[in-house]
Amino acid sequence: MVAHLLSLKLTLLRNGLRRSVWQVIGLVAAAAYALGGTAFAVAGLVALSTADTGLIRTVLVLAGSVLVLAWWLVPLVSFGVDATLDPARFVTFAIPRRDLLTGLALSGVLGIPGVATAVVVLASALTWWRDPVAAVVAVPCAVLAIATCVVGSRATTTALAPLVGGRRYRELAAVAVLVPFMLLGPAVTALTNGITAGRDALPALAEVVGWTPWGAPWAIPADVTARAWGNAGLKALVAGTTLVVLVAIWDRSLQRSLVTPASSGGGGGGGRRPRGLGAFARVPATPTGAVAARCLTYWVRDPRYAVAVAVVPVLPVVLYFSSGGAGNGLLLITGPLIGFLMGWTISADVAYDSTAFWTHVAAPISGRVDRTGRVVAAGVIGVPTTLVLVAGSVALTGRPEALPALAGASLGLLLTALGVASVVSARVVYQVAKPGENPFASQQGASLAAFVSQLAGWGAVMVLCLPELVLAGFAVGTGSVALGVLALVVGVALGLLLLVVGIRVGSRVLDRDAPQLLARMVAFG
Amino acid sequence: MTSGPEPAQPAQSPPPALALRGLWKRFGSKVAVAGIDLDVPVGSFYGLVGPNGAGKTTTLSMSTGLLRPDFGQVWVHGQDLWAHPTQVKRLLGVLPDGVRLFDRLTGAQLITYSGLLRGMDRDTVAGRAADLLRALDLTADASTLVVDYSAGMTKKIALACALVHAPSLLVLDEPFESVDPVSAANIREILAHYVTTGGGTVIVSSHVMDLVQRMCDHVAVIAAGHVLAAGTVDAVRGDGSLEDRFVELVGGRSAGEELTWLRTS
Repeated sequence: MVAHLLSLKLTLLRNGLRRSVWQVIGLVAAAAYALGGTAFAVAGLVALSTADTGLIRTVLVLAGSVLVLAWWLVPLVSFGVDATLDPARFVTFAIPRRDLLTGLALSGVLGIPGVATAVVVLASALTWWRDPVAAVVAVPCAVLAIATCVVGSRATTTALAPLVGGRRYRELAAVAVLVPFMLLGPAVTALTNGITAGRDALPALAEVVGWTPWGAPWAIPADVTARAWGNAGLKALVAGTTLVVLVAIWDRSLQRSLVTPASSGGGGGGGRRPRGLGAFARVPATPTGAVAARCLTYWVRDPRYAVAVAVVPVLPVVLYFSSGGAGNGLLLITGPLIGFLMGWTISADVAYDSTAFWTHVAAPISGRVDRTGRVVAAGVIGVPTTLVLVAGSVALTGRPEALPALAGASLGLLLTALGVASVVSARVVYQVAKPGENPFASQQGASLAAFVSQLAGWGAVMVLCLPELVLAGFAVGTGSVALGVLALVVGVALGLLLLVVGIRVGSRVLDRDAPQLLARMVAFG
Repeated sequence: MTSGPEPAQPAQSPPPALALRGLWKRFGSKVAVAGIDLDVPVGSFYGLVGPNGAGKTTTLSMSTGLLRPDFGQVWVHGQDLWAHPTQVKRLLGVLPDGVRLFDRLTGAQLITYSGLLRGMDRDTVAGRAADLLRALDLTADASTLVVDYSAGMTKKIALACALVHAPSLLVLDEPFESVDPVSAANIREILAHYVTTGGGTVIVSSHVMDLVQRMCDHVAVIAAGHVLAAGTVDAVRGDGSLEDRFVELVGGRSAGEELTWLRTS
């Protein structure tokens, strides 16, 4: 049975690859990346093996703990646990639970992150080659560590899935998890500062972490080297108990989730609040107005757009702290950055619609109605936001003379990004998280096509905005208000021109290719 | 696709509500629709039946502008759909199968969206939306997000969106799937009324033969991308039931004897 599950996983992987060339390319790229990382890590471990045992211990325990915690927590906030073998699909089969758990756990290792982790963790046993006893002990400890990683990730995702089963929770979580990731940069800076300052404290820290569930399997060989058999035994107990508890948690929550599937969660009590027509009652009653109203509603209600909105308050904070305070000019790029990001959001607009895009294809509207409506909605949100941030950043840094220049650069970037995105989203659709999809399910083959089209689009926006960016740069650098006003005029005029051209070109593409775009999204499933 | 000067224009008068001429569609190496010709007379209640994978959805998608045919023409009331899409789509009301809706809108918003996209004014849309919600028993859920609807409610709201602009040709792909019997009866009544007194034409696809025999006056049997039989229901079924005739045409019935082990003792 376990073998069946493993071969099922491999078959699914192979069939997935047969469906699209992009998936093959994505897998090869990921494999190359993982191979490089693994080689680097193994080389580091080999180099480490010649160091003294104290250092080996500190490095292995701390790095190993980070690895285990990453397996436990990262699926919760970002990539998601690989859902190829969704336990819910096995409900109707009479598979003994022990087999199901073993099969799912082993299949969790069968994948690029799993294999890479397994290789690196097993290689860590080699660092103890100078003490054969420790090296021998290290092998089962490594297996224990791998099991703790894989089972832990399954346990956390399965146990927390009901918590985020309701649509509203899921959506909030999807947005909320982004914030710590954006703050990661400053946090790492602070951490490195802390580490360099407190390097002497690290061995003591490793000593403590070695007793924790995530550090114990790594500390056992070190205790064996020191011939501290009692400590080693106790840590083996900690590590073993951890694994047993994780399996129990996973088993329990899996049982619960199989009886009450998370997907049945409705909107909860909040969904019945009487609502009017919302934005539809406030726009002009034209097809273009209707598209704008629909997009505005989605900007508010769809978590995938809310991600773009969530960046707005976070970015200034990041820039403020990473530049070390208000005096630094780095804060001034807030406005232009946000302008660009908000404008570029609609580059995935059609992909976000998914197959609901048929509504536009079936309606007697030209591509121009579609394009204009989307741009109006993004502009209604983007223009005020950008201007407020520009004013705020200027006020905080005490550079009022930079206001016109920055407003010019920001509006230019916003308008140009809207224009370029109008063309890009009419031409390229790629797989994005589907409406209402569980953020814990990882996105299969977020492809190279997406990456290339994004990169090309960014490049185009940057080049097209060069005039106002250069002018604004000189204006801010020299403090010249006249140059700044010129940047404002050029930014707005050129931006509007490019926006109109973008809408025109996008409309023409859409008039011709809308059914093909829809067919591609139907094929995505 | 040719958009040249009026080839193969169907020569009846009045022209059929929908005329398909030599429609072909290939997905990869699989031919989904292999040369379909079909005339749907004005004022008919037309059933499209066929086994799973026969090409029903593909045919209906090409007939409504959602999927571009590899070859062939689609005429709606004598106008070439793929040559003048914007103009012809005004005449169509569409309920596709297996696609999403803009389900972050409430039911009322979704109908309003559909109406406004067709250039209707706000008051007309509001009045008709209220009527449709009432007729389809969705008034209580008008302010619920469509994403929180059940499968049957989602079908009904999609049907309301297809009806709101009073199209002259209604193309419905599996409109009764997962709809409860009471709602299905209501929908049948609405559609029958629309055909008999409203002067409209309805095309439905289904694989429930019994339903098609009772509800439709015309039927076409499609299998493997071909039309096997088309005409009035009485002409197609002859003396037997539509189901018998369908099985006879499509084939593939296997006698129950192969599963000799399927018993409990």
